[in-house]
Amino acid sequence: MSAALQTWQLSADLGGRRVLQDIDLQIAAGRWTCVVGPNGAGKSSLLKALAGLLPLSGQVLWQGQPVASLTRQQKALQLSWLGQGEASSLDLRVWDVAMLGRMPHQSWLAAPSAQDAQMVEAALRATQAWDWRERTLGELSGGERQRVLLARVMAGNAPTLLMDEPLANLDPPHQVDWLEQVHCLLAQGTTVVSVLHEIGMALHADDIVVMREGRVVHHGAGRDAATHAAIEDVFGQRIRIHALDGQWVVLPRLGGAITSID
Amino acid sequence: MLLTLGLSVVLLGTAAGSQGWQAWWSVGADAVSHQIVWDIRLPRSLGAWLGGALLGLAGAVAQGLFRNPLADPYLLGSASGASLGVGVYLSLWGGSAWAMNAWLGLGLTGAAFVGAVLAVVLTLLLARGVQQTLRLLLAGVVVGVVLGAVTSLISLLQPKVLQAMQGFMLGSTAFVSWSACATMAAVLALCLALAWVFARVLDALSLGEATAQSLGVPLPQARMALVGVISLATGAAVAHIGLVAFVGLAAPHLVRSLVRCTHAWRLLLSALMGGALLVLADVVARVLLAPQELPVGVLTAVLGGGYLLWRVYRDADSGVRS
Repeated sequence: MSAALQTWQLSADLGGRRVLQDIDLQIAAGRWTCVVGPNGAGKSSLLKALAGLLPLSGQVLWQGQPVASLTRQQKALQLSWLGQGEASSLDLRVWDVAMLGRMPHQSWLAAPSAQDAQMVEAALRATQAWDWRERTLGELSGGERQRVLLARVMAGNAPTLLMDEPLANLDPPHQVDWLEQVHCLLAQGTTVVSVLHEIGMALHADDIVVMREGRVVHHGAGRDAATHAAIEDVFGQRIRIHALDGQWVVLPRLGGAITSID
Repeated sequence: MLLTLGLSVVLLGTAAGSQGWQAWWSVGADAVSHQIVWDIRLPRSLGAWLGGALLGLAGAVAQGLFRNPLADPYLLGSASGASLGVGVYLSLWGGSAWAMNAWLGLGLTGAAFVGAVLAVVLTLLLARGVQQTLRLLLAGVVVGVVLGAVTSLISLLQPKVLQAMQGFMLGSTAFVSWSACATMAAVLALCLALAWVFARVLDALSLGEATAQSLGVPLPQARMALVGVISLATGAAVAHIGLVAFVGLAAPHLVRSLVRCTHAWRLLLSALMGGALLVLADVVARVLLAPQELPVGVLTAVLGGGYLLWRVYRDADSGVRS
């Protein structure tokens, strides 16, 4: 299996604090990898480092090439990144926001092509944001805004998607929609890397990277018992992962005793 | 969608034009001689439009670049720099009312422009480049305060400078010449072209710096160019019409509340809006206390301040509702 992204001795500092420590990682191409871990474990920093958005030591390779050696446009075409809480000005229309996702495909002063418009429409329809296309981000709720930002990433049509907390503010039906969109993207050969706090959703991923204090403590298949044990461990044994109807569910472990529902 | 956008642009364009024409028309009707209209009033109105357009454009760029709706063109210290330039010039060579003397006026324009540009350069040096928006903003504030203090000191030590300074600080379009119009027009054309080229960067920046970077935007170059646009446009405006308040802040706000569009249009419309606002304010300033004349800066400060306050309250109210 080929690696879409690879890190070698990756370390990074943020505000004088080491947020990533000697990370060696291989992210498989065409699969969905999920990064999980407690707050401050370095998940978002890892995603930013993979996207080439963080000053770092060590190396990040995209399909064998150092990400740092790619031109700005090459990088933008290959790696699409969605941050959390990034939008700071909410005056842009939904359509224009999604169209920004097409930026790497457009020449500098050219008007959007028919294909750009087509991709943007498809992405907005996929996240059910099409009806708001004339509204500004400021006129939407947090969850609706998130769906527009997801559409922006999908409109870019990059072979590798890096999404930080894509389910933030989404209600359960739209979380399920997102899961289905990810499966669609995987079927097209796209590599998806996401940071998720919803462990139940994360357990649907092909591979899971478990982080704690800037280090990767486990990297394995989402269905593996060892992965589940590692997840329970980084969360201080406060959650338990159970099998239910062929899927995995995460339940809180109250008062140190295992709560059993069935 | 495009139709509404196009229509609003045309509407705004004609509004800007009509106000301009109206001003010239009324001046033409009651003019005693062709010369007064041609040599004084026409360049004055055109100068007001150009100055307003420069400030409107600079304001829109500043608000987009700093992602702050309270950003205004004077943010990088150019206003205090221009004041200091004028103060230093007056204390060294001046003393008589600056506008009375054409030669002195020209020297003042140069002093104000050089002061404005030097202040921005100082801000950039203190912020160690344009990479960090917050550092840039802070440096701008520091430069503004320090240069403002130096200017105050100069006027305190040389009281004769004070009155002439006051005229500049309040802003006035009374002494704009044809050559000043030509300079401002050239700067406006250059700045509009530059801003238009980098308008997409401002769109991308509204989704955050990291997102803009991930979209392949050449951020450092774009920031440099846009800071250049702000300082050049502001410098040219304050050098010719003094420190006109609020136009640069209010024009982009007005455009945003009227039209939903990307920055390319917002920048252009803010320039048109700024021009229209200042010409309108200039006409009102002339007729309000006629035959006395109100400094236009006083009027824009009162009107612009009132408008912004009204918007803040309106936004707060609608925020509570939603």
